[in-house]
Amino acid sequence: MLYVLGLATALTLLWLGMSGLFEPVVLSLGAISIVITLILSVRLGLKDREASPYHRIVAFILYTPYLISEIIKANFTVIKAVLKPDLDIHPTLVKVKTTCRSDLAKVIFANSITLTPGTVTVRVDDDSMLVHGLFEDGAQPEAFEDMDRRASLAGDGRSKSKPAPKAKPTEAPASETEATS
Amino acid sequence: MTLLAAAALALFVSIVLLLIRLFIGPTLYDRVLAVNSVGTKIVVLLALVGFLMGRPDFLDIALLYALINFVTTIAILKFFRYRSFQVSLIKPEAEQNGEAQ
Amino acid sequence: MEFLNDILAALASSGWRQIVGGVLCLIGGLSTIIAGVGVLRFPDFYTRLHAASVTDTLGALTLLVGMAFLAPGFLIVFKLALIGLFMTLTSPVSSHAIANAAYTAGLEPLIGRFTGKKIEEEGEA
Repeated sequence: MLYVLGLATALTLLWLGMSGLFEPVVLSLGAISIVITLILSVRLGLKDREASPYHRIVAFILYTPYLISEIIKANFTVIKAVLKPDLDIHPTLVKVKTTCRSDLAKVIFANSITLTPGTVTVRVDDDSMLVHGLFEDGAQPEAFEDMDRRASLAGDGRSKSKPAPKAKPTEAPASETEATS
Repeated sequence: MTLLAAAALALFVSIVLLLIRLFIGPTLYDRVLAVNSVGTKIVVLLALVGFLMGRPDFLDIALLYALINFVTTIAILKFFRYRSFQVSLIKPEAEQNGEAQ
Repeated sequence: MEFLNDILAALASSGWRQIVGGVLCLIGGLSTIIAGVGVLRFPDFYTRLHAASVTDTLGALTLLVGMAFLAPGFLIVFKLALIGLFMTLTSPVSSHAIANAAYTAGLEPLIGRFTGKKIEEEGEA
């Protein structure tokens, strides 16, 4: 029921923001549309904890300034590489271990990696991700530990940064040399 | 307004550069990437043109185009992977891929 | 140099919002041009993907923020924020979809240091 109320609030804000009119006809049309959308989403089963994670909004808003600063920093390195006469790049393929448990945290982590220029998530497995990086030093598994911790804090609500993922940094160079041939 | 026109011109130049990549792209994925990137630029260009012409209604079109652009990319990729649209994407895949490890 | 005169005239005549918005829009436009050059210059598909993601993040978002500074009303800022939200939600998903489709189809990425026209293979990490 709480999720239905949250969806109704979001839809009302969306309608008012998109139309900007406060005449009775338009408002009643909006109310009818919102009710139809709510009935459809309840029948489709889109109102549970997984589909509408309202309880994570505050943590995610706290996560965005870090993400924006990372994006700006990464943008400048990529722009510098594009403008260099001899593009001095070093593409690598590394496997990054993640401590994120829920699907939402994994989505946040993988999307953050893809959103920062210079690194793209190529494959997502259960507890690791295959990341293609434009520079070798910026795409080591240690470089993602901070983002991993923050993403799991935003998605799972707790950071389970045990020393377990740190014990595996020797896997990545092996994967690079394998893919070279 | 002059700066906005300059930004619109820069977007035009960038779209032309991406169209070159679209036509000479060696693989299919280069072309899909170029189409997706052109779509992103068209969204911003629509909003810019709306500002230049003083008609904010263009923003609604830009919003719709942003959503359609995403669906287009996914649909093209799905078609060239399964050669059909009538395949469920949730199905577990047992495919052979060059796993680096 | 006519361009500098325009900037000076804008500084003298209108408020600070016009200038900040225009400069942000110009930065966004320049970064999209740089991304287009990168898409043309980079050697293989996966590296081109990185260049194209500069467009999706810095270019588009800076342009949208710049237009929000120029906007006359709150409704337009709301719509621009909505466009930005959808773009930040969908662009990494489509980038990942393209990369994953290429990797699944067996497109091998170039690995190793790339300078100029040749690739130096490296065995060590």
